[in-house]
Amino acid sequence: MEQISNSAKTAYESIPKEKFEFAQLDKELHDEKLETKTRGYFTDALFRFKKNKSSVVAAYIILLLVLFTIIAPLISPYTVNDKDAIYISSPPYVRAIADLKIGLFDGAVTRLSQNEAQYNYWRGIAEETGYDPLLRILETTETVSKYKGKDRISYFYKLQTNKYYDTGVVYRVLSYSEYDRILEYQNETGLQVIYPYVEPAAISGITDNPNLWYQVDAKGAAVLDKDGNFVPVYSTNKEIEGRPYDSQRIEGDDGSYIYSVRKSGAVQCRVCYYNYYTFVNGHEPFYIFGTNTLGQDLFSAIGIGARISLIFAVIVSAINLTIGAIYGAVQGYYGGTVDLVMDRIADILSGVPFVVVAVLFQLHLAEEVGSAGSLLFAFVMTGWISMSALTRKQFYRFKGQEFVFAARTLGASDKRLMFKHIFPNALGTIITSCALVIPSVISSETNLTYLGLVNLSTMAGTSIGTLLAQGQTAMTASPYAMFFPALYFALLLISFNLFGNGLRDAFNPSTRGVED
Amino acid sequence: MGKYVIKRISLMLMTLLIITLMCFILIRMLPLAELPPGDPHTAVIEARREAAGYNKPYLVQFGIFMKDVFTEWNWGLSDVLYFGQDVSVIFASKLPATIMVNLYAIIFSIPIGVALGIFAALKKNTWIDHAISTLTMVCISVPSFVYAFIIQYFLAYKLGWVPFLMKSGNDFFSWSMFVSMIPAVLSLSMGVIAGFTRTTRAELTEVLTSEFMLLARTKGLTKAQATLRHAMKNCMVVVLPAIFGEFIAIMSGSLIIERIFSVPGVGSLYINSINARDYPMFTMLTMFYTSIGLLASIVVDISYGFIDPRIRMGSKK
Repeated sequence: MEQISNSAKTAYESIPKEKFEFAQLDKELHDEKLETKTRGYFTDALFRFKKNKSSVVAAYIILLLVLFTIIAPLISPYTVNDKDAIYISSPPYVRAIADLKIGLFDGAVTRLSQNEAQYNYWRGIAEETGYDPLLRILETTETVSKYKGKDRISYFYKLQTNKYYDTGVVYRVLSYSEYDRILEYQNETGLQVIYPYVEPAAISGITDNPNLWYQVDAKGAAVLDKDGNFVPVYSTNKEIEGRPYDSQRIEGDDGSYIYSVRKSGAVQCRVCYYNYYTFVNGHEPFYIFGTNTLGQDLFSAIGIGARISLIFAVIVSAINLTIGAIYGAVQGYYGGTVDLVMDRIADILSGVPFVVVAVLFQLHLAEEVGSAGSLLFAFVMTGWISMSALTRKQFYRFKGQEFVFAARTLGASDKRLMFKHIFPNALGTIITSCALVIPSVISSETNLTYLGLVNLSTMAGTSIGTLLAQGQTAMTASPYAMFFPALYFALLLISFNLFGNGLRDAFNPSTRGVED
Repeated sequence: MGKYVIKRISLMLMTLLIITLMCFILIRMLPLAELPPGDPHTAVIEARREAAGYNKPYLVQFGIFMKDVFTEWNWGLSDVLYFGQDVSVIFASKLPATIMVNLYAIIFSIPIGVALGIFAALKKNTWIDHAISTLTMVCISVPSFVYAFIIQYFLAYKLGWVPFLMKSGNDFFSWSMFVSMIPAVLSLSMGVIAGFTRTTRAELTEVLTSEFMLLARTKGLTKAQATLRHAMKNCMVVVLPAIFGEFIAIMSGSLIIERIFSVPGVGSLYINSINARDYPMFTMLTMFYTSIGLLASIVVDISYGFIDPRIRMGSKK
């Protein structure tokens, strides 16, 4: 035996060098690839999340709503500090779309039981300024009444007017320099801002209605000529003229009309508000969502308000996640007396109603750290408790498992065991609850702002809660001021909840493989 | 069971005491409301403040406060909002409105919520179930003031069926009062209905798939019999405590809904007391809200014990 092996060995040892060649010089050597794809925990969760159609849709809606908060203030020419005194509580209006006459974004307000005098009033504005406020007549009712023994037929209309046009002309006191600039502006653009003056004496002594430029009776109703046309009563009294007018004149003006009257160091004029607005702001009114009672543009206000709410909610969730995870980890990992004591503390804190916490923090801290700061403290004070309870539960579930024992046997420290071995397993659940915490933070923040207990407006200029509270006060006059913030808010909450539920199901291993 | 109940209640009382102490000291640390000089009540309030020990250490103040509350139900005098009047009297006068509105809401919503939940669970994975579940999801997410807005705008403004605000007055059982409560009741109900639908559906679907249901069917019960006798009973283990908890919570009411519909209740009083910085009032209402919250949770816990023997047994360990 020994002989043979020896000879074999020698034979093996004596192979000449040239007979050797490299087996694979340019081939890579590796194990056979696995037939199936390996799927990690998060890939798996993502995979299952994608199967849940409603959650995916919700995720996209959230994305859109977040994008809205970034883009809306950029699109809108207004900031939250732009408040127009005349165009308050006004419906959505975009000139380009309104001109298509499809009934959208045309600033329509419905006016009930308008009689013929009022109908003529709208016509008067249209004829003078060229902006026809009358959009459409919805209903005409005929009423027959006895007047001096005769039947008199009167018409009542239910009609819609454009809120931006039906302001028509307003009285404005202009300084000389502003007056001159307007004249210059008129020459440049051809827009008629200043309209000829009308003396109150010529319109039956009415002083509070700048839109009357024609003959009227004592009540302010138009007195038409035989052909049904208005009779202009523009003033030609040079004695009261405030400042010479050398710009384009309105149709029918032979140069004798005066355009301003003296007013102690300034002039008073009749200005067409729409054009005046364009002169002041450099653009026409552009209110995609309309305006609220303060005359703020809702489109940008919602964007800015929601942005602050979202940022706030994310910060709160992040802080709560950190505190809650550490607290819950310690609690769950050590158990026993530590758990009991820490649980009592959490119990006591969670027993205080959130409104109370928020108000107490407001009263004590608002002066030092501001309203938003103290609200943040209030949220952190109680918000981490649910997060810690969750982490604690997960820790109880995992701490007795074999991989933890193995790691401990290998000498891993408590800290390492907690945060390297157990915590990653609990991460899915915790992230999920984060997605559900965000809407609840937004919701309670908005509730408190709405009630006026907290005022975030000082920080951002506005917030969804503030907008809702403002909208509530003028709900019947301008439902859109309530509708748009409420819609945004409801959409945000619904989609966040759907998204969070989808995440929860996706991260829950017990639903794995259960696909119907 | 008795031991369990006693343990829970004593724990709750301890928690309540600590919370009370914390809130009390935090409130007393705030600067006092200035009293109008010359008002006849000013002298009274000053005397009461002196008696309440406003210039003594906080713990002594707390002792006096507790003594006053327990021996003579004396919660102090309102010093801004209802100048010189007893806080507890004002509070008692505000409670009925809150209770009435919330009671109607519960009576209205619990049967609907539970019925919808049962219906959805029985029709699981059909379009009916999907529709109900989606609606529930939406209703839970949407905050109550959005409902309030919708109801006020359509029911009150467009249709004119109900008034905008709740009627003032004390005739809580008159018809006109009932009608004026409808908007508030409806707005409150949406969330409650959705909550009960979700709980009932989740619980019942789980019970319906358990093995004893199969056994019940095998021994010859019809589906209706099995569902009624076995599934519903087990489902109620979760639903009933929630109903009890809801009944306790009716007293606390909803701050937002009371504000929107100007319900002359506890919620409005609370908001007003905060805005007016009426601290005696604020203290009492804080205690009130805390106790209601704790009470609701303990009622839920104990009723679990009563209904489900497993929990009761578990507590003896």
